[in-house]
Amino acid sequence: MRFLPLTDDDRRTMLQSIGVGAIDDLFADLPSAERLDGPLDLPNHMGEATLERRLARMAGRNVPAGSVPFFVGAGAYRHHVPATVDHLIQRSEFLTAYTPYQPEISQGTLQALFEFQTQVANLTGMEVANASMYDGSTGTAEAVLMAHRVTRRDTALLSGGLHPQYREVVETVSRLSDHKTIALPADPGGTEDLLERIDDTLSCVVVQSPSFFGQIADIAAIAEKAHAHGALLVVVFTEAVSLGLIEAPGALGADIVVGEGQSIGNALNFGGPYVGLFATRQKYLRQMPGRICGETVDADGARGFVLTMSTREQHIRREKATSNICTNSGLCSLAFSIHMTLLGEAGLTRLARLNHARACHLADLLAAVPGVELLNESFFNEFTIRVPGEANSVIERLAERGILGGVPVSRLLPGDEALADLIVVAATETSSEEDCAAYAAALKEVLA
Amino acid sequence: MSRLYTAEHEWVSVEGDVATIGISDYAQEQLGDVVFVEVPEAGRTLAKGDEAAVVESVKAASEVYAPLGGKVTEANAALVEDPARVNSEPEAGGWFFKMQLADKAELDGLMTEDAYKAYIETL
Amino acid sequence: MSLNNQGRPTAPESGSGDGGRATFTGNKGLQIEEPLLFEIGRAEVTGVDIEEVADFVPRLGGAKRKTGIGLPGLSEPETIRHYVRLSQKNYAIDTGLYPLGSCTMKHNPRINEKMARLPGFSDIHPLQPRSTVPGAVELIGELARWLMEITGTAAVAMSPKAGAHGELCGMMAIRAALEARGESRSSVLVPESAHGTNPATAALLGYKVVDIPSRDDGTVAPEAVAELMSEDVAGIMLTNPNTCGLFERDVKEIAAIVHEHGGYFYADGANLNAIMGKVRPGDLGVDAMHINLHKTFSTPHGGGGPGAGPVVLSERLAAFAPVPFLRRDGEGWDWIETARAASDEELPFGRMTAFHGQMGMYVRALSWMYGHGADGIRQAAEDAVLNANYVRAGLSDVMSLPFGDRPCMHEALFDDAFLKDTGITTLDFAKAMIDEGYHPMTMYFPLVVHGALLIEPTESESKASVDLFVATLRDLAMSVRNGDTGRFAGAPRLAPRRRLDETRAARKPVLKWSPPDQLAEVST
Repeated sequence: MRFLPLTDDDRRTMLQSIGVGAIDDLFADLPSAERLDGPLDLPNHMGEATLERRLARMAGRNVPAGSVPFFVGAGAYRHHVPATVDHLIQRSEFLTAYTPYQPEISQGTLQALFEFQTQVANLTGMEVANASMYDGSTGTAEAVLMAHRVTRRDTALLSGGLHPQYREVVETVSRLSDHKTIALPADPGGTEDLLERIDDTLSCVVVQSPSFFGQIADIAAIAEKAHAHGALLVVVFTEAVSLGLIEAPGALGADIVVGEGQSIGNALNFGGPYVGLFATRQKYLRQMPGRICGETVDADGARGFVLTMSTREQHIRREKATSNICTNSGLCSLAFSIHMTLLGEAGLTRLARLNHARACHLADLLAAVPGVELLNESFFNEFTIRVPGEANSVIERLAERGILGGVPVSRLLPGDEALADLIVVAATETSSEEDCAAYAAALKEVLA
Repeated sequence: MSRLYTAEHEWVSVEGDVATIGISDYAQEQLGDVVFVEVPEAGRTLAKGDEAAVVESVKAASEVYAPLGGKVTEANAALVEDPARVNSEPEAGGWFFKMQLADKAELDGLMTEDAYKAYIETL
Repeated sequence: MSLNNQGRPTAPESGSGDGGRATFTGNKGLQIEEPLLFEIGRAEVTGVDIEEVADFVPRLGGAKRKTGIGLPGLSEPETIRHYVRLSQKNYAIDTGLYPLGSCTMKHNPRINEKMARLPGFSDIHPLQPRSTVPGAVELIGELARWLMEITGTAAVAMSPKAGAHGELCGMMAIRAALEARGESRSSVLVPESAHGTNPATAALLGYKVVDIPSRDDGTVAPEAVAELMSEDVAGIMLTNPNTCGLFERDVKEIAAIVHEHGGYFYADGANLNAIMGKVRPGDLGVDAMHINLHKTFSTPHGGGGPGAGPVVLSERLAAFAPVPFLRRDGEGWDWIETARAASDEELPFGRMTAFHGQMGMYVRALSWMYGHGADGIRQAAEDAVLNANYVRAGLSDVMSLPFGDRPCMHEALFDDAFLKDTGITTLDFAKAMIDEGYHPMTMYFPLVVHGALLIEPTESESKASVDLFVATLRDLAMSVRNGDTGRFAGAPRLAPRRRLDETRAARKPVLKWSPPDQLAEVST
């Protein structure tokens, strides 16, 4: 078999060197009753061509985002990733390298991580960032746990603008680790009175901006109130490109900024792998979960980088660790960093402006369709519309016409009548004029 | 009163009711370079044997237990900026915290300096 | 104090202090000294051509950015050079053997990368209408079927994003199952040899961690479990084969003891590579086991991630799988995304992550499974165990085996007894391997032996590769015997960097680049 270099001759020779008669002598400790006498009830190995055919058939049953007018967002966004990014992350030395625990032979990974951490810290306006979390949702749960540790309180207040699945993850972790959450109801109109709910029992207030519904929050005001009550402000984002145009949460008083980096460098991939960005203030550094890379020198005085502050982590502290997290999102964080390097500040700003312009244009077109109401006064590249009738039925009928028009809110928040006619719509730089026009035309047809 | 030691490598130096606590020279040598020390805040009440502080070297974290019961009066602020002091002056400037003793009789359970020296020979 | 002295000197003895420069550029042939992006990039440079938008009125509600960001850019050619040069400083599986015990650094087939990049897998959104992605659900279902067949289990929670995340999922399911019975137990049994994620996970869920001592041969005795097991113990977290590379031969009895008291058996699946196709964990009493797709099933390590940690579940725990989960629907699968859509018998404990899980890793893992098949899976386990024992046999006379010279499974555990009184530590020995062109083995883990050296060659190594590796370690061990300390002190000398000052990195953390004029202000 092509992946197994040992020949039968090799195996014979090696068994002899070891001093056993047969390979199963090395499996003697396996309980005899449960030992498998032959291979599992699964197909035998396939050659590469057969394997390809099989998987390509499965892939062929799916409608790729790039093949139709595409406006699906709600936490994951379709952007153009330059060919350079995908090429570089497939270099053997990046793709098949282990975690950089032996820094002398891992400076490639480590320097890239140091650059990544700097990019994330600067993008979010914070003092320090880690080497990435699994994704934005688990990062948010970790941020809440961190806030509990820092403030020694156990209750988190979650804005109704938080992505519903992010909220579910936070609630799951909270419930099973004996903490509390107060989740405000879904807030499509951006009208919730979050400030009024902030008090001294809270370890943190969790706000997403732009929200799941696209609304941009008044971070500074929330920060002030939270701090007045001794709570931390956790700002969440799901569209990293927004930070190219919107003020950094760090500049507005956020204590922890956590979000999804998928938009930069990473494909949609049906939900994963993604990359969680996590940044905080210097003074909370020791409570920050996840891997961190730091600068130092080697025995010759040459600058180098190492994983550092490992004593927060599980492999050292075991049950006293800040988190049980072991991996970061390695290659996905590298992809983020490479794309960000290609963009630079000028490119990112231009990209963000283009995203916003496309969304403004689309919002106007859709709002002009009879029966459609745009809920947002402000948004970045995503907004919410109200349609006559059931939103998920509208989406299905648009799909039949070859338009993937967005996400019906009821998909993530089923059973709430008040939300059943809402669709979250995203536009990016990949949404052309023709696409937008096609969407508006199809929507008009569907609603007629 | 001279310094007393525990079998867990903490030392105690008492003046009146107040005890200063740190870790022994043997301990700092075993740990390697100390990079961070987490000390208890003033006002905290500790019972003998409670986890009082944490010493971190690069690859390991070790708990420091309260050798006696009492109330913490002061933590060594110098260790925040300069944890290396634990390595360079473990039994002087590298002290961890001071506490008001609850029960001086607990001192009877501790080792003299000579007894501690003999003890570490056996390790 | 608890005096964990496995911490060892981490500040290297200093060398010449002039950066080791012998050339004008500082470069050494193909090894290029590459500055930081922030030292060579500029904010106004970009490697992507993006349409400049004509004047328009933004609708950002006053939130427009007023501050600069601080993100330098590079043109495309500069970007490629920057990262190619960085990549050349990395060791990788494609470069050479990684003898890392517990990591299973096997070959990452390139066809996996091609398959994962098919637009029908990579360019689909988790929330586009389900009618437009039937092939995605088909793939996830197919992978689930293979995982259940390999492990002999009833269900699998696909969504965890990494092994540790899978541990959390499995333990959450256990806690949920106990709560459903109206019980709340307070502790979990974990062997001292366990990976740190095990107790960290248990503690996160509020459980007190009770250590189980190992017996003299490195395995867990059923008597030790019986002594600690009670109706207040939620369950046990066991790795099998264990972290010493040995099969827990009393696993069935241990499972029975735990089950008798109403507890659950969580298995850490990190070492599945040794037993896949030879025995099924489900048949041994396992209730939940996470599988590291990036270990056993070859998805690339990528310099630290992404991983994937689906959790297989027994009948007793199947009902508690978190959303989203698969439900059998005739020949195919239904995909349940919300608790609301669950039936009365399905009791998801919650959600582990937004969206669905690590689809990109699923494609790669299934591609590996198709490429190996049932015959290849069984052969791979046998070859992995054979290679490890061949290494053990080749080194048993020059290095020290803590549990005696007995067969191991897919990894061989040595300790530092053979280094006693030589002045050379496990760390020094490992760093000298770097000069020989090898990544060191796992060091100082598991904690139950002193100065551990854990070697796992995997099935991907040819006999020639293992022979050279063994010969090299023999040569190093002979140097130790001959008192040739110079080979070890100050190693490595030939890697892109000498030993790095980890003490300094921890005492004075510098975790991002700052412009030189700001360095004075940067607080530590």
